[in-house]
Amino acid sequence: MAFDSFSAFMVMEGHGPYVWSCYAAFFLLMIGLMVWSLRRRKAAIEACRRGYEFQAGRNDQQAASASAASFNRVKVSQD
Amino acid sequence: MWQFFHKLGSPKWFFGISARLMPWLLAGGILLLMAGIVWGLAFAPKDYLQGNSYRIIFIHVPTAFLAQSVYVMMAVAAVVTLVWRMKLADVFVKSVAPVGLVLTFLSLFTGAVWGKPTWGTWWVWDARLTSMLILLFLYGGVIALDRAINDEKSAARAVSVLVLVGVVNIPIIQYSVEWWNTLHQPSTFKLTEKPSMPAEMWVPLLLSVLGLYLLFGWLACLRMQTEILLREQRTRWVKDYVLAGRG
Amino acid sequence: MHPIRKKRLTIVLFLLVGLAIAVGLTTYALRQNINLFYDPTQISAGEAPVDVRIRAGGMVEEGSVLRDPDSLMVEFKVTDFNASVPVQYTGILPDLFAEGQGVVAMGRLDENGRFVADQVLAKHDENYMPPEVADALEKASKGQHKASGSAETVSY
Repeated sequence: MAFDSFSAFMVMEGHGPYVWSCYAAFFLLMIGLMVWSLRRRKAAIEACRRGYEFQAGRNDQQAASASAASFNRVKVSQD
Repeated sequence: MWQFFHKLGSPKWFFGISARLMPWLLAGGILLLMAGIVWGLAFAPKDYLQGNSYRIIFIHVPTAFLAQSVYVMMAVAAVVTLVWRMKLADVFVKSVAPVGLVLTFLSLFTGAVWGKPTWGTWWVWDARLTSMLILLFLYGGVIALDRAINDEKSAARAVSVLVLVGVVNIPIIQYSVEWWNTLHQPSTFKLTEKPSMPAEMWVPLLLSVLGLYLLFGWLACLRMQTEILLREQRTRWVKDYVLAGRG
Repeated sequence: MHPIRKKRLTIVLFLLVGLAIAVGLTTYALRQNINLFYDPTQISAGEAPVDVRIRAGGMVEEGSVLRDPDSLMVEFKVTDFNASVPVQYTGILPDLFAEGQGVVAMGRLDENGRFVADQVLAKHDENYMPPEVADALEKASKGQHKASGSAETVSY
């Protein structure tokens, strides 16, 4: 340990404010960057999932109407 | 070799390998970084001249070093984008540019705060500080240009050219302290010589540099995964991955 | 390699080389402006303009610091071990200011070759060491001086 006590560690012979503000900025920004990146990934996955569900819903509707139409057309073509 | 290269270009392959790497990168990065910082802050001896203010070095040097090496990696990826049109290279540039911006800002900020008690000024327009400020603007420019162009392919090309044009700034930052008279001192770590500080100072510094490197690797993987998910959302494997993750 | 890729690669390489040459020549042409300060050799050779705000940098010469007892005025000599320039400054000096330490002073050069500074910054080198090591080194170098001094007296 390079310091005698915890208060000496905080004060750092008068250089404390400089040293600690640097470390505070470093941790704040790095943790912020990490959290932001994690959230962005989560949001991206969520957006993809919603897109698929939306599409799946539309596909079901289309499939229902398409089958009916093809059924009709089959009849017509055979005439 | 070429097969590996093509594999590397496959977003699906990258997704799998990065998912396996990421826990190690995160754990190793945090461990090394914290070890370096705690050692540097509390246990390393103070400097004979600057006293305790020099302890800022344990984050100033890693952020400055990473800021430059991230840019070099981006330049390599830019060449790959322009020549081989590899999608993953473009994803890399786009994903890490904000990380580079934050690292450059941190190195400038910590440098300014360190400069006040040692030099007697927050800022001076010497070659090292000015070229580092240009690096900050380059990162900002890359991000802005990428956002300004809607078409993915033209954005990739324009950004790659900008990154390559900016890469001349890197040797200027590196050698500014040797080519010109600057207030900033020469590098502590040199490739060819022993570091100009005793081991109980440079070992923690090296630890925090390595730790920040690993942490950057984690951030890069994470952000690239996000970008890949968004770009490849119409493919089968992304759909499988997303829907499987919910269950 | 595919011929198209080869062509693209050559274009990229030409771009980089051209850019490097352009920037290299520009920085070479501007080198005096990029230099933060004039060193004492340049000043005593008359390369620095008189009565224009410039910076001068070098080492504070050992034993040259004269402090005015009534005010904050300080006079010292800045040297690069080749030439030295007298500097006059009124104000608070940075903590790191000491004889044998590097400084960068901002101010004007007057007609008599004296540099009148309005700001003095401390410049330190890339060598970091614990105080005990620094003390030991200083003692060792003083010891050497003494040893060589005594050796000389013995030989006389």
